[in-house]
Amino acid sequence: MSTNSATADPAGRRLADTLREAVSKYGLIAVLLALPVYLAISDLATDGNLTDLGNNLVLGLSNGAIIALIALGYTLVYGIIELINFAHGEVFMIGSFVAFGLWGTFGLTEGMAVPGMIAGLLIAMVIAMIVCGALNVMIERVAYKPLRNAPKLAPLITAIGMSFILQNVGILWLGSSQSSVPDLIDQSNDLVTVGGVVINNGDVLAAAVTIPLVFLLTSFINRSRLGKAMRATAQDPDAARLMGINVNTTISMTFLLGGMLAGAAGLINLLYQTSIWYFQGFQAGLVAFTAAVMGGIGNLKGAVLGGIIIGIIQQLAEFRIGAEWTAVVVFTYLVLIMVFRPQGLIGEETREAG
Amino acid sequence: MSNLLENTPLKGKENLVVAAVALGIAALLPLLFDPLSLFIDNFILAAAYVVMALGLNIVVGFAGLLDLGYVAFYALGAYTVGWFASDHFSSVNGGKGLHVLAEAIPPEFPGIHLNFLLVMVVSVIIVGIAGMLIGLPTLRLRGDYIAIVTLAFGEIIFRFAINGDEIILAEGYKLTNGRQAISPIDTIDLPFFAPFDSAFSLRPFYWFCLVLVAIVLLVNFRLRDSRQGRAWIAIREDEVAAASMGVPLVKTKLLAYATGAAFGGISGVFLGSYLTSVNANNFQFGFSIFILAMIILGGLGSIWGVAIGAILLSFINSYFIPEVFNSVPRKLGLDFDLTILNFGIFGFLILLVMVLRPQGILPERRRALELTEGVGAGDAIEVRAP
Repeated sequence: MSTNSATADPAGRRLADTLREAVSKYGLIAVLLALPVYLAISDLATDGNLTDLGNNLVLGLSNGAIIALIALGYTLVYGIIELINFAHGEVFMIGSFVAFGLWGTFGLTEGMAVPGMIAGLLIAMVIAMIVCGALNVMIERVAYKPLRNAPKLAPLITAIGMSFILQNVGILWLGSSQSSVPDLIDQSNDLVTVGGVVINNGDVLAAAVTIPLVFLLTSFINRSRLGKAMRATAQDPDAARLMGINVNTTISMTFLLGGMLAGAAGLINLLYQTSIWYFQGFQAGLVAFTAAVMGGIGNLKGAVLGGIIIGIIQQLAEFRIGAEWTAVVVFTYLVLIMVFRPQGLIGEETREAG
Repeated sequence: MSNLLENTPLKGKENLVVAAVALGIAALLPLLFDPLSLFIDNFILAAAYVVMALGLNIVVGFAGLLDLGYVAFYALGAYTVGWFASDHFSSVNGGKGLHVLAEAIPPEFPGIHLNFLLVMVVSVIIVGIAGMLIGLPTLRLRGDYIAIVTLAFGEIIFRFAINGDEIILAEGYKLTNGRQAISPIDTIDLPFFAPFDSAFSLRPFYWFCLVLVAIVLLVNFRLRDSRQGRAWIAIREDEVAAASMGVPLVKTKLLAYATGAAFGGISGVFLGSYLTSVNANNFQFGFSIFILAMIILGGLGSIWGVAIGAILLSFINSYFIPEVFNSVPRKLGLDFDLTILNFGIFGFLILLVMVLRPQGILPERRRALELTEGVGAGDAIEVRAP
């Protein structure tokens, strides 16, 4: 981006460059902190304590954990083939639908004995993960693989087409309106109260599923042979192929992992929100994508960090500004990040972000 | 068939002849139907979508900037007519209304009422500026990041449209009417013609829209073959090379956004007036994809292709799915109407076209070459199947 400033006088350019550097380095952090800091001050001024904000933060964290799981799917795929898997949100939605179907099959109901419930939910989660992983691999085969050599926008467009198809599968499956599902884990039950801040069952569940999965994923990618292949393919697909890595299998593997995480997120979301509808994936997908970009797309830690930040922002917006404006707040952040720090908080510059 | 397709990017005179014949046939078409027939209604919608698709084609097809928030410009155009040609701002001028060259409106009727052509001019200005403003943040970005930023803007504007009834600009001035819709909107009132009356005949709307399409087609051809059009195609092919050849990126891109947006705005004004209501429900993301599907189906960058794609999809959407095939699932013993699947059908069409015939029905020659022979495939992903 030096083309515009090439003719400016050196002193002015230096100032502009310093300013731009400062903005790109700290601007995003400042923008991110603006909302919570403002709310903290207004809380202190009105109630004299931060309990409300604390409650919002706890809800934001567990909400963020779910978003992080979905964001990991975006970031994994983007990291390896530089494609926004637009249908990923819909894979998450299908995960919820599969899990909900399995509850019926297993006969899980409210107030069941705890061990049976946990076993049932675990099996449902594993099956949802497998189905979503397979679905994601299939999407890659059908919609992206034939377009590897096409202009870059082509697979993005097919991804949108895929996303609409899956939404319609959702409509056919459970109708086009939002419906509530049984609250199996008594989601909003206050489990612990720390200094006025309530932590309930749903929050514990989100943490209990997300943290182990993220650790499993990172150790798989950092330690295993396939993980090594994935990292190599992400760096340079041609060189990776020359080294005897089966690039196609590796890409499929990436989609499998991303889909599995989305499936797990689908089940937690079902338990956490106690509602289900075909459109949940579109919204959550965009939010999770925002999270992935915020953290630095292609970066696993970034996706988790971004997920948590966006989760908190979303909750703050929902409780303090109004649920109908949540999307506006999240998308405004998305635009600001894209403009001022497209490489994200801890990402590196990519070709897109130039 | 293949012969016909190979000769598609017609030159000079041939183009004019084709255009004249097509427009002549199109102009006589409504005389075959009853003045209030649903077919004329379908044709009017199709023509309005052609205008929009040609606008989006400038941004996506010519300049190669994937805009997923095109619905924003439709919304802004429709709200322009909603604000300036209805009783929405009813307390303006102490309830006596503000009328500019609006002869068809009774005197002292509340609300702002501009003449229809004035509304069009205003909308071109408002929407053109909005196009540039939305384009600005994408200037440093490329490819799919542009898509996401424009998508975000589209969603933001949709939310403002939906929740606009909560935004009170001043006493009695709501931004929008949300899902309640701003209605009724003044009908089209052109100088030398009687005000159009959709209860009496749809033909005037159709002819007006046809003139609009003809103008937009002409502008599109002239633009494509102008210095500006070549600059757009150059940045689509290779931004870096174009910049180093002296194409001013910022100006070129912003002009693409503004021009494309303006067409969306014009079409929005027309549709608002024709449907006599502006409802926020119409401005969802799906609509952007509906228009995008038209230009993909027709052939990105190909003006005739895009026009045909728009007509085809418009008819699929407003005639074939709801009228012809709607009951097919029920006849097969399935418990749903086909209309609930219309976006799935568009999604499937996009997917099918992109995978099987990415150049579209009537491809632009340059793009067809790129896709089939790998010319200028610099943008391609580096991963290749062995």
